[in-house]
Amino acid sequence: MNHTNTISGDSTDRVDGRDKVTGTAKYTAEIPLPNLVYGVLVGSTIAKGVIKKIDTSAAEKAAGVISVITHKNSTKLFGLKKSKTAKKLDLGLRVFHSKDIVFNGQPIALVVADRLEQAQYAASLVKCTYEQAPHTTDFGTHLDQARPSSSKWLSDTKRGDVTAWSNAPFKVDQAYTTPQEVHNPMEMHSTTAIWEGDEKLTVYDKNHAVQDIRDTLAKALKLEKEQVVVNSEFIGGGFGSGLRVWPHTFAAIIAAKMLKRPVKVSVTRPQMFTMTGYRPATAQKVSIGATKDGKIVGIKHEAIGQTSEYEEFAESVTGITKMLYACPNLETNYKVLPLTYSTPIWMRAPGEATGSFALETAMDELAYSLNMDPVQLRKKNYAETHPDDNKPWSSNHLTECLIKAARQFDWEARKPEPRSSSDRDWWVGTGMAVGSWGAWRAPATARAVLDSKGNLLIQSATSDMGPGTSTTMVKIASDASGIPMGKIRFELGKSNLPPSPGQGGSVTVASVGSAVYDICTEIKQKLLDIAVETLGETYKEAKIEDVFLINGKMGIKGKPASLVTFADLMEKKNITEVEATKTSSSGEEGGKYAFYSFGAHFAEVYVHKYTGAVRVTRFVSCVDAGRIMNNKTASSQISGAVVMGIGMALMEEQHMDHQHGRLVANDFAGYHIPVQADVPNIEVIFVDKADPYLNKMGAKGLGEIGLIGAAAAIGNAVFHATGKRVRNLPITPDKLI
Amino acid sequence: MAKKNKNPLHTSRRTFFKQSAVLAAVAVTPSTVLEAAENRTFDKAAYALEQVPITLSINGKVQKVMVEPRVTLLDLLREQLGLTGTKKGCDHGQCGACTIHIDGRRVNSCLTLAIMQEGREITTIEGLANGEELHPMQAAFIKHDGLQCGYCTPGQIMSAVACVNEGHTNNDFEIREFMSGNLCRCGAYPNIVNAIKEVAQ
Repeated sequence: MNHTNTISGDSTDRVDGRDKVTGTAKYTAEIPLPNLVYGVLVGSTIAKGVIKKIDTSAAEKAAGVISVITHKNSTKLFGLKKSKTAKKLDLGLRVFHSKDIVFNGQPIALVVADRLEQAQYAASLVKCTYEQAPHTTDFGTHLDQARPSSSKWLSDTKRGDVTAWSNAPFKVDQAYTTPQEVHNPMEMHSTTAIWEGDEKLTVYDKNHAVQDIRDTLAKALKLEKEQVVVNSEFIGGGFGSGLRVWPHTFAAIIAAKMLKRPVKVSVTRPQMFTMTGYRPATAQKVSIGATKDGKIVGIKHEAIGQTSEYEEFAESVTGITKMLYACPNLETNYKVLPLTYSTPIWMRAPGEATGSFALETAMDELAYSLNMDPVQLRKKNYAETHPDDNKPWSSNHLTECLIKAARQFDWEARKPEPRSSSDRDWWVGTGMAVGSWGAWRAPATARAVLDSKGNLLIQSATSDMGPGTSTTMVKIASDASGIPMGKIRFELGKSNLPPSPGQGGSVTVASVGSAVYDICTEIKQKLLDIAVETLGETYKEAKIEDVFLINGKMGIKGKPASLVTFADLMEKKNITEVEATKTSSSGEEGGKYAFYSFGAHFAEVYVHKYTGAVRVTRFVSCVDAGRIMNNKTASSQISGAVVMGIGMALMEEQHMDHQHGRLVANDFAGYHIPVQADVPNIEVIFVDKADPYLNKMGAKGLGEIGLIGAAAAIGNAVFHATGKRVRNLPITPDKLI
Repeated sequence: MAKKNKNPLHTSRRTFFKQSAVLAAVAVTPSTVLEAAENRTFDKAAYALEQVPITLSINGKVQKVMVEPRVTLLDLLREQLGLTGTKKGCDHGQCGACTIHIDGRRVNSCLTLAIMQEGREITTIEGLANGEELHPMQAAFIKHDGLQCGYCTPGQIMSAVACVNEGHTNNDFEIREFMSGNLCRCGAYPNIVNAIKEVAQ
């Protein structure tokens, strides 16, 4: 790829910062609409069975109640009528279309009232009796019932001699578990549905994939895509939970259709634990064999992930093991275990976050058994090419990540013996781990409009759930076009904008950024074309690379006389703006290289000698994500992912009462996420070297990489501090006493 | 459930409240309302009489509003007054997204009923800036990138302003401790500390 490397990477404030700090940014549930009414969902109180009788009479009589919708009276949607269709269209739970109960807390009724409080109160009056069936919720005791995943791309892998690890002189062979985690973005999910007749549906829905959501809704409702509009401009976090249509969205759509007026359905925080997905629990086994000098000869990685009984969710838990280290002999397999829960969904660094915990903890254990420095062990096993197919890396600066992070952390000063350092009542330890995440690019389209005053509007149906997409796109556009950031506006979060992939998998900058970059060139080309047509000679020989825009003027490098204002150019053609739309995709280099981001994490922990409390006191991450588009937001993104890693390592865990098949800690008091006091200063370093092949900016992805390996680095530091190896996340005090 | 209670001694507080409201209003209530009450559309009739007038000062502006006693200050702000800068992150007092100031003190507005605030001075994120000029804390949050998705941000900023006023900014540890009631899932915590330190100086 002709790599131009012109994005400056400087730190730029968020373009929507002012909207966010003044409270003027409108999130999904905050759009003022006339005639709006409120829907509150009622959840089932059993985990499995069928509804025998649902009594809504008291709720219906309550003040302000307009309607109570259940499977008995719901208008039926095309896609949810038959379970076969719902499965085929990937619609998930058939909310209000069946009397079957498939998980505890499943929505069984929607109470719609004039005011929120009325709907909340009336929801408490809905009574339901059930015919109960036995449920299965205990992951750990049903592992033998796991079955192979139907996703072919996750299928078992074998490379070379699969028994090689067991014949090696040094080996690790251990089991690891990670619990269910819940995304818990600070903004709770919400959908407001507005029908115009039966022909046009508009939804304000918290999601970060407006066009995927639109396509799913259009299929479910048997409408054309053009008849459905999905808006999600400001998103209060997502981390993957906004990548599919959830039951509350269908509930709002059903209610709005039945009542012929806008209906808003917001889920509650407890409902966020059962109605909008979670990261599935895993049970893993990692076996690594190495020679005396630390060369890995074979790895075996087996994983079981949890799914629901009504759908299969699968993720790439063993993916990282297939590519991170040079290793001729490998075996991986992945199975799913259906349980009586709702269906999981991708959560930040899906698969790799949990897979890397097992692999990178095992690597630390191997380093100790070899009496080798864990950084050296990783350097020793650096893969020069992708071990699966020997494809060259598009770029791989993992070693540089290790060197830079180790230097910043002062790793050399470390005494490797466990339990060798203490400070008052605390054991002190340090640990490290590495991570990797595929760098992808999907086709994306951008539309740009330049007016005669030099204002540039760029549109694409991408999302910004927090990474700073708007800011980065404006910055790319500014650097690519020469138009100052203050004159550029980037519009996103609406399904009727030009096509763009959903925000997931760290693809946004590589994909949408490319489209933004290219559309700026296209605008320059259009201006040049006008100049050639209307002004002649001076411009005829000019190459597009030599065209520059400055202060509302276009010019050709080396030709001062060529400067002409946009206004003059447009006047010549009797137009007031120049408009262009263009789709950008990766070229043939897409198939030639292996594209990945890399990262190295170093953690220091204090572990209290008597209570087992763990405090992360220092954290250094060095990341190779290609060229960095905006240092400020990029650092925040990595640092934020590390915070999620602290949660994963030390506290996050979904608790289930297996007797009733019901969650027992479904709020922030029971499910802990890191708070301010749990988080130290986090030092983020970027290699900041362009990837030559993924796109013209040289950028790889940033969204996931900061989390991958973070929990293992903390766990390894806890081992160094205490001499106790905790292989079951989270590392709570009870496991250390 | 109120309607099950045939025995007046078992009448719930809520039902009692409604009944007394209805009875007290008999003299001035059209017979249709009383009929409605008897026809078990009781709740609906009672509701009309259950709104309470209160006077609040919100962001320096005195406002008279009618609220049901069960309405939280958070829902009054967001759903009735359109002040959606104050966020709902849990509705349980566990996340701090709804933090506002009542007479200068930081309060979780989801944990307080609107009618309890009669006559109080309430400041929300919308009232923090001086016209176009941002409050120093708002400017510092932008400068230090103390936000990502922005949803917890108004609560963080309201809490941060109070934290400085309370004098709990003597070191990083103290700031972290006194800002731990405001959750941020994007993990902007270190940058938030930097923003607060700058304003505190």
